[in-house]
Amino acid sequence: MSSQFLQFLISGLTVGATYALAALGFTLIYSASNVINFAQGEFIMLGGMLTVYFTHAGLPLPVAVALAIAVPALVGMLVEKLAIEPAKGAEVVSLIIITIGASLVIRGVIQIWLGKGTFTFEPFTSGAPIVVGGAVLQWQCLWVLGVTAAIVVALWFFFRHTLAGKAILATSCNPVAAQLVGIDTKWVLLVSFALSAAMGAVGGILLTPLTMTSYDVGIMLGLKGFVAAVVGGLGSGLGALAGGLLVGIVEAMAAGYISSAYKDAVPFLLIFVILFFMPRGLFGAKVTERV
Amino acid sequence: MKRRGILLLGAILLLLPLLLPNAFYYDLAVRMAINAVVVLGLNLLIGFAGQISLGHAGFYGIGAYASAILPTQFGWHPLAALAAGAVAAAALAALVAKPIFRLRGHYLAMATLGLGIVITIVLKNEAAYTGGPDGMTVPPLVLFGFELSGEKQWYWVFAANLMFSVWACSNLMDSPFGRALRALHGSEVASQGAGVDVARYKMAIFVFSAFFASIMGSLAAHYIGFVTPNVADFSHSIELVTMVVVGGMASVLGSVVGAVLLTALPQALATFEGWETVAFGVILVLFMVVLPRGLVPTLAARFARR
Amino acid sequence: MALLEVQELSKAFGGVMAVQAVSFSVDAGIVYSIIGPNGAGKTTLFNLITGVYAPCSGEIRLDGCTISGQAPHRLARKGIARTFQNLQICMNMTARENVMVGAHLALDSNLLKGMLRWPSLRRADAAQAAEAAALMQYVGLDAYIDSAAGAMPYGALKRLEIARALAARPRVVFLDEPAAGLNPKETGEIDMLVKKIADSGVTVVLVEHDMKMVMNISDRILVLDYGKKVAEGTAREVRSNPDVIAAYLGKAA
Repeated sequence: MSSQFLQFLISGLTVGATYALAALGFTLIYSASNVINFAQGEFIMLGGMLTVYFTHAGLPLPVAVALAIAVPALVGMLVEKLAIEPAKGAEVVSLIIITIGASLVIRGVIQIWLGKGTFTFEPFTSGAPIVVGGAVLQWQCLWVLGVTAAIVVALWFFFRHTLAGKAILATSCNPVAAQLVGIDTKWVLLVSFALSAAMGAVGGILLTPLTMTSYDVGIMLGLKGFVAAVVGGLGSGLGALAGGLLVGIVEAMAAGYISSAYKDAVPFLLIFVILFFMPRGLFGAKVTERV
Repeated sequence: MKRRGILLLGAILLLLPLLLPNAFYYDLAVRMAINAVVVLGLNLLIGFAGQISLGHAGFYGIGAYASAILPTQFGWHPLAALAAGAVAAAALAALVAKPIFRLRGHYLAMATLGLGIVITIVLKNEAAYTGGPDGMTVPPLVLFGFELSGEKQWYWVFAANLMFSVWACSNLMDSPFGRALRALHGSEVASQGAGVDVARYKMAIFVFSAFFASIMGSLAAHYIGFVTPNVADFSHSIELVTMVVVGGMASVLGSVVGAVLLTALPQALATFEGWETVAFGVILVLFMVVLPRGLVPTLAARFARR
Repeated sequence: MALLEVQELSKAFGGVMAVQAVSFSVDAGIVYSIIGPNGAGKTTLFNLITGVYAPCSGEIRLDGCTISGQAPHRLARKGIARTFQNLQICMNMTARENVMVGAHLALDSNLLKGMLRWPSLRRADAAQAAEAAALMQYVGLDAYIDSAAGAMPYGALKRLEIARALAARPRVVFLDEPAAGLNPKETGEIDMLVKKIADSGVTVVLVEHDMKMVMNISDRILVLDYGKKVAEGTAREVRSNPDVIAAYLGKAA
């Protein structure tokens, strides 16, 4: 394998892991409530920006990171409570617009509070990058891939083997039935938002040392995460993972081999292709409408 | 009541110049009129037909850049460039409509969003033609040998444009075509059963509103004299959707009201950059939660009950 | 030749055979009812004939022309109209507009003419509005002629759907459970309405659970169970058919 190909593959997998975390967030909320949370990208941004803020404020990195995960989780719950819950049962168009509104608020607040600059912080572990087959592998990339894998496994365990996880799955299958067996569906929704926000934030934190962050990185990252979720099939956790990695790799390959100026267009062109040929995505479920 | 609203609008547009003190206010009025027409076209798609488009500014951008590039770099007459832009936008819309409208809800939103983003990226990248992220100047519009310049002249052009558009859209929604469109929103399967070719209608209204948007993009470009890729971007698309939502989905006059209010807002917040974003966001959420039908339909319902 | 002929029609959803090799024919001008226990495939059969689903195999012929698998809006041109088991009323429009939509094909829906308020179009539209009002009276909705669809009670909406179907001046109208959810008095009124429609020369194909109504107005009845045809004939024949009784009540132990 050429070292150039390997290099593109590494950067594709790295950014793809972030997309996968975003996609998992989208899928989780979509499964629990049929809402596509267009604010998901802003949680990714919050993770990075808040870590910058807390480290500049003097806090040690682990504490900053912990806060930068907790705060977005809280914000996620606020969004659910203040914007989604009051609009129960609204049309799809309305819900989409509401989450876009929420994303504007989050982005605007950060813009006012922290300004429009670009920031970064030190990678988690310092040291010379590893060289694999002629390609350079940063330590931070390993962190990204490792933590993402750990999260995916943890989620799998959570949904398969804990009562809380099963409660969430039950709600996503049939909210009424879930309520009838005593599951508090409001709580489920709240937790889903908190969890997706946290996952998005983790992705943002991991990626920042590699790509820097600023108040407006959320837009593109979120949208591409959504593309990944749709490519993989909305509602499928495995799909979110596969979709994220696929989008990341295709983007990196296209940027490397074809044109880096059109890098950002690639995921959206990819989504056209997928939506036209496999409307349910790679792993999505088939749905028929009862008339 | 709609007829009275339209007459009122006409009266306002006629008398407004008496109240406008200086060029700044003329400019504001012009921008409101421009947005109102674009929003009208978008409302046909979102409000009346019940579809969604998060990339509408892309078509506006196509018109704007057609009017910038074709006269400047290829020596075309501005009116020919305007027509070409509109045709190009309509053609693009027609091309993607059939596959896109097989999708529903979020997938449809995603696809339209992607379209707008791809257009923006192309405009930013093809700097040789478009001047890149910094944009390019647009020559003035020449109508029958007369060069349009200045806020006052343009005011009348856009005011007439707005009146015609409001009248035309209002007629359209009451006509069989409009009824079929609204029925499609109400129940696709029932309208199919009644003989409405749903796929064709969705494409027709998508193409129509793209055509509208492109023309307005061209006219606005001539008026402002300058274009940047921002005119086609996601933020602009969202602003347009906000105007639809606030003024009233499926309301002709609502489109005008929404455009007027939300064109004035950034002016009021001009010095507070981040606040503008926050304000738009809060407005979007508040309206969709509290006043999902928008200002004009909610007020109309209140008055009807009296 | 029968007006509507269905031959060996089948439809599967995943592993479930919703309709299995069903064949029957409907002569012009009669009231033809399709009955069967819940889940027997009655609405699926309707959806197959009216183009909502495409059949997996088999053929549907209207007046000798094959229509299987054609889209609903095309079938509307051929004179097929229907109502829906789960009400499909456009709540965003007035009652009259809903009925006018039914007559969509009769009107010029040109976009430009609509925009410019073409006089001939407006005249035709006004005539259609009057017709819609007349139709609403025909089905007994005089009180709601100027109502918004959203303001009407359930029973009225069921009739509105029928008015909409009739607005198309169809040759065959498919009524999917027109009496569902109605009380006995309302059901009796629907009963009379269906008779009125049939008497006016429109062929009626009906899916219904209310046995009294079915036995009362049907010229012929088709019985389905588990997607298969169990019996076909006049009301008397079907009533005493042991297979039909078994399908509804189960076999004697």
